[in-house]
Amino acid sequence: MLRAVDGVSVSIRKGETLGLVGESGCGKSTLGQITARLLEPTGGGLFYKGEDIAGSGSRNQQDLRRRIQYVFQDPFTSLNPRFKIGRLLEEPLKLNRLGKAAERWSKVSDMLESIGLDESYRNRYAHELSGGQRQRIGIARALMLNPEFLVLDEPVSALDVSVQAQVLNLLKDLQQELSLTYLFISHDLNVVHYMSDRVAVMYLGKIVEIGEMEEVYAHPLHPYTQALVSSIPAERAAQKRERIVLQGDLPDPSAIPSGCAFRTRCMHAHDRCFSETPTLADVREGHAVSCHLWSEESYSVNEIKEVRTASL
Amino acid sequence: MVGNQVERQKILDIRNLRIELKGRRERLAVVDGVSLSVSQGETLGIVGESGCGKSVLSLSMLGLLPKAMEINGGEIWYGEREDEAQPLHLLKPKELRKIRGREVAMVFQDPMSSLNNSLTIGYQVTEGLRLHLGYSRQEAAAQAIELFRKVGLARPEKLLKEYPHQLSGGMRQRVMIAIAIACNPGLLIADEPTTALDVTIQAQILEVMRQIRDQDGTSIVLISHDLGLIAEMCDRIAVMYAGRIVEEGSVADIFDRPRHPYTIGLLNSIPSPSHKGHRLHSIPGAVPALHERSVGCNFAPRCQYAMECCRIEQPKLSPVGFGHTTSCFLVVEEGVRKGDNRNTADRAEGTGEVLYETSVAAEGTGAASR
Repeated sequence: MLRAVDGVSVSIRKGETLGLVGESGCGKSTLGQITARLLEPTGGGLFYKGEDIAGSGSRNQQDLRRRIQYVFQDPFTSLNPRFKIGRLLEEPLKLNRLGKAAERWSKVSDMLESIGLDESYRNRYAHELSGGQRQRIGIARALMLNPEFLVLDEPVSALDVSVQAQVLNLLKDLQQELSLTYLFISHDLNVVHYMSDRVAVMYLGKIVEIGEMEEVYAHPLHPYTQALVSSIPAERAAQKRERIVLQGDLPDPSAIPSGCAFRTRCMHAHDRCFSETPTLADVREGHAVSCHLWSEESYSVNEIKEVRTASL
Repeated sequence: MVGNQVERQKILDIRNLRIELKGRRERLAVVDGVSLSVSQGETLGIVGESGCGKSVLSLSMLGLLPKAMEINGGEIWYGEREDEAQPLHLLKPKELRKIRGREVAMVFQDPMSSLNNSLTIGYQVTEGLRLHLGYSRQEAAAQAIELFRKVGLARPEKLLKEYPHQLSGGMRQRVMIAIAIACNPGLLIADEPTTALDVTIQAQILEVMRQIRDQDGTSIVLISHDLGLIAEMCDRIAVMYAGRIVEEGSVADIFDRPRHPYTIGLLNSIPSPSHKGHRLHSIPGAVPALHERSVGCNFAPRCQYAMECCRIEQPKLSPVGFGHTTSCFLVVEEGVRKGDNRNTADRAEGTGEVLYETSVAAEGTGAASR
């Protein structure tokens, strides 16, 4: 049996954006889909406003779907090519039997306006739109039912830089306007840093570090996070910095290494990492890391700090 | 290598290249009047958004244009020495085959689809060595093992007999690079070599490419949409927009003193730590499609400084500093008006800042009126 997500505990506060970063295959999309109840977890609990929603009944689930929505990565494949935009946006209202035809019509108009597209887009098909416009429709569709919580799965990865900025601005505006809570999944650390209040770093199905965005960005503790942060391209050419280049590939998720899953690529790996799986524990207030280096007296904190400043 | 000479030899020289897409009724220019050159041992970055023609440009250097496209005007010269320069745009397919893979090699974007799944890794890596350099099977296999070591692939002997599907994405891209450098080419073209890879793997591949450049003095053309990657790897950068080069200069020119409104907009729209808490600058609208391109400046419809002349006439690439050119009427006009080229670079920085401020303000009002 393959564990795509293994023993993850994470909480998201109302109104915040939690960024979720990790490499492909680390389970970040799976976690996002479980959060939005598109997948059923094999074990563990999922609490929304204090209520366990994992495996809850179908009526309850429909109500939850209304409150928790999902925006997919690829705006090219997540919109039905045979529906006009107007119908795409109206669909969620129809399915939930909300409002009369006239009300639905005006709701679609309002939504188009709030994402910055004019009324003429109602009669267009998805293929007539650019990538950025399509992604806005994807976001608008998710917002039609007035959700409280959005799972954004790589919402800008398929877009060009200049268009990416339009969509990120829109997401920020909507969050403020509608006081939304976001789970923002991305592999792009710059984008996550820009969007998020807190960040969780995943590696092979586990969260290896979680904390305030600024804190994790400035003082990454887990060797994996340190490598990730060092791989962010410098802002200006003059600030070229030394990268920590990790050796090897992500191990096969069906044969996860014993002990710490990261030990095969970790430059600090020692005996204990082979035998014992580290657990996520607070190192500072609100900054937790799952690494033996931080739970041991033998390996002093200063020592690692030195290693890091030397290699950064 | 002659890389250290004061005047470095141009290894690739593209002059006023025009590539057209053959339509039933009309011919559309995919690449429109591009001039570029790469010196011995230099890394040139070509940056642009999807659809700007950067990949088509790179394919044309190898004579690999799809059937629907053809070169209609302009020249591509390649040669490690001036007297040996060959016109790649005139060569017959048979002659091109001798150059491709041996003198000019390419690393494609997607390592998943650019290797042949039904042939062993060994066969694919040794093919060039046997065809171009006349190596025997054994010699080629020995050389392949060397190449695998060079690009950092583990257990090279076993790898020869394996198939692409047995390897991870990062390993496949290393194999691609091994194939590309097998015949020790003078020019390596890398089209989005790390786009399909994870960040930590991306770092590994860049490391390999840097080593090849430093050890063998190979010239590299690196094509990417990722400005950060370009900044880290390249000596010079050309910014492409809608089939044309809009700005070209050193890394410092482009990043610290950008002059073209598009370059400035592009740099400001990257979310970076200093943008946290601020609205991102975004360029309104989208890249024009092939049939929407105009006679004037292609960026004019999205440019807040567009003037009357921008819509009628196409601005030419003109110098704004040492080795720094841009194609924008606004910038050129200013340069001419001041009549002083020495301080252009210093002033440019100021201009860049002002452009950014006003653009943010303009966007704010735009959002309000919506």
